[in-house]
Amino acid sequence: MKIVLEHLTKRYPSRDRKRKEEVIAVNDFTFEIPDGKLIGLLGPSGCGKSTTLNLISGLEKPTEGKIYFGEDDVTNLPPENRGVGLVFQNYALYPHLTAYENIIFPLQNLKGEEKLSKEEMEERAMKVAKMVQIERLMERKPGQMSGGQQQRVAIARALVKTPNVLLLDEPLSNLDARLRLQTREEIKRIQQETKVTTIFVTHDQEEAMSISDMIVVMKEGAVQQIGKPQEVYDVPENLFVAKFLGTPPINVFEASVKNETLYIGSEAVLRVGGVADQDVWCAIRPEGFIPDENGPLTCGMIAVEVMGRDTSVVCTHDLCEAVQIRTIISAENKIDASKKTIRFSLKPYKTYIFAKGSEERIDFT
Amino acid sequence: MEKNNLKGWLYLLPAIAFLGFFLVYPLVDVFIYSFEEGYNSASQTFFGHGWYNYSYVLHDTYFLQAVKNTIILVAVTVPLSTGIALLISLALSSIKPLKELFQTVYFLPYVTNTLAVGLVFMILFKKTAYSDGMINVLIQLFGGKSVDFIDGPYWAKMFVLCFYTIWIVMPFKILILTSALASVDQTYYNAARVDGTSKFRIFYKITLPMISPMIFYLVITGFIGAFKAYSDAVALFGTDLNAAGMNTMVGYIYDMLYGNSGGFPSYASAAAIILFVIVLSITCINLSISRDKIHY
Repeated sequence: MKIVLEHLTKRYPSRDRKRKEEVIAVNDFTFEIPDGKLIGLLGPSGCGKSTTLNLISGLEKPTEGKIYFGEDDVTNLPPENRGVGLVFQNYALYPHLTAYENIIFPLQNLKGEEKLSKEEMEERAMKVAKMVQIERLMERKPGQMSGGQQQRVAIARALVKTPNVLLLDEPLSNLDARLRLQTREEIKRIQQETKVTTIFVTHDQEEAMSISDMIVVMKEGAVQQIGKPQEVYDVPENLFVAKFLGTPPINVFEASVKNETLYIGSEAVLRVGGVADQDVWCAIRPEGFIPDENGPLTCGMIAVEVMGRDTSVVCTHDLCEAVQIRTIISAENKIDASKKTIRFSLKPYKTYIFAKGSEERIDFT
Repeated sequence: MEKNNLKGWLYLLPAIAFLGFFLVYPLVDVFIYSFEEGYNSASQTFFGHGWYNYSYVLHDTYFLQAVKNTIILVAVTVPLSTGIALLISLALSSIKPLKELFQTVYFLPYVTNTLAVGLVFMILFKKTAYSDGMINVLIQLFGGKSVDFIDGPYWAKMFVLCFYTIWIVMPFKILILTSALASVDQTYYNAARVDGTSKFRIFYKITLPMISPMIFYLVITGFIGAFKAYSDAVALFGTDLNAAGMNTMVGYIYDMLYGNSGGFPSYASAAAIILFVIVLSITCINLSISRDKIHY
């Protein structure tokens, strides 16, 4: 089922009595989520992504705007009538019930014609249990399961009533690094098997990029960019998105454009056609640097870290925002770490320029 | 290992010494007294050992009356006070405005002097030459016949005693239960809401199991407290409880020791041991029932 968010806004009254201004958790969020896709809501903590999830689930009511599931306006529907499955960050499994009892809990709530017999409940519970591979844990209580197993039970509980939408709030944040990698593949697989429209919230860009069909980058309640992960990475709309995606992070320099040429300090590093003269931010992805003895950009050498497939050159530049510049280059390039400086030329498609004030991307040819 | 053991005992010594002297020794002593027939505390003499003290106490109509009173008191007040306290706590935790005010109001009886409470109950229930008491005024208003709650029929006196006891123990239970309710993680309720769980089912399937350890604690301490009731009866009916027919088991033990008919420590000890056995078995029954029902 497709989900449409129209000018969704959520404001909270200020907790501080002295200051009257409201807190805007979600600001004018408009987005159409296509049917059967896996969407990652991505942003730093406090950017309103969890609030957005709660608005879609119906746990919170929007201040303004509308939410449609398919063609139906669900803005004023309570959560139980929306048909959403929600997996909480701490899973919220009932500790006094076994995994099986947890999973059939939503089914036991059904009333009237929807009411299921015991056999039907068991059949449906076993079906989802098989999907998330917890058939053998059904008699255990949450306290007797590992974090990953609890996570699966929580997903099974959300899926058992075949929801229109599956919502996951920071699904991987309570798992250790290894399990996280494994579980995110699981989520992708389960989503593809059930074809249920899925929205998950995360602050970890790697997580979002790796499994989402589309990602939504948010900052301070406002949507920054929506698109396929690779598109958002390759063509960031603004400096925030550029900085937020990618590990190691993008390197940002203070720069200026004169006569369609990009200058970092006094060095002319790149031809930028069609850009008016101005001061700009220049952001270069770590993989955008090419070591080149005659290259235009000179950096101070700190260290060379060999990582097998790649080599990471750590260096400095006075005009760089961060203390260190981290570049990733192919291991075939032999770098002499004993030198004081290193010179680079830049890949134009890995270099972005952003306006100083608005921080919007400026296209060049 | 040997040395460590010694050190461990050394650390435990203060606690063991105090507990042994003030708890275990008196208990053992009472047990011994209860088998010493005709013990005289002044001359420290007795005739012999045997079951006579128990036989006497169990045939004493005053004791049987006290047992009956105590059991009625326990059976009525423990479930009622816990149930009402749970209802009030649920109401308290579901309102927002004036919540703190109501919490304070409900907790006030706990810090109020027993004598002041007794006075209030006097105004409510006591028949005097000038007034029939507030409750009687109300009863008459609705066309009923006035009842003497303090010196009248047994059921009226029992009603007042139960009412008083419930009122006294309620604040503490409300305090414990409101904090237990507040400590239930809100996300459980959110999860239940998303799944369309009815209010009653949320209470029965989530809230109740979550706070069950606290309810269990209140029931156990409530049972023990009600079995040990004495001062409440004195505050309402005066010191001669046997004459009023409102004695409790602890009251009987006290009367046997120091009351007008007192001076019989052996009988008192036997009664105390009987009370001890009753409380112990009730608590054991409670524990075994709760083992399956309580979720920690």
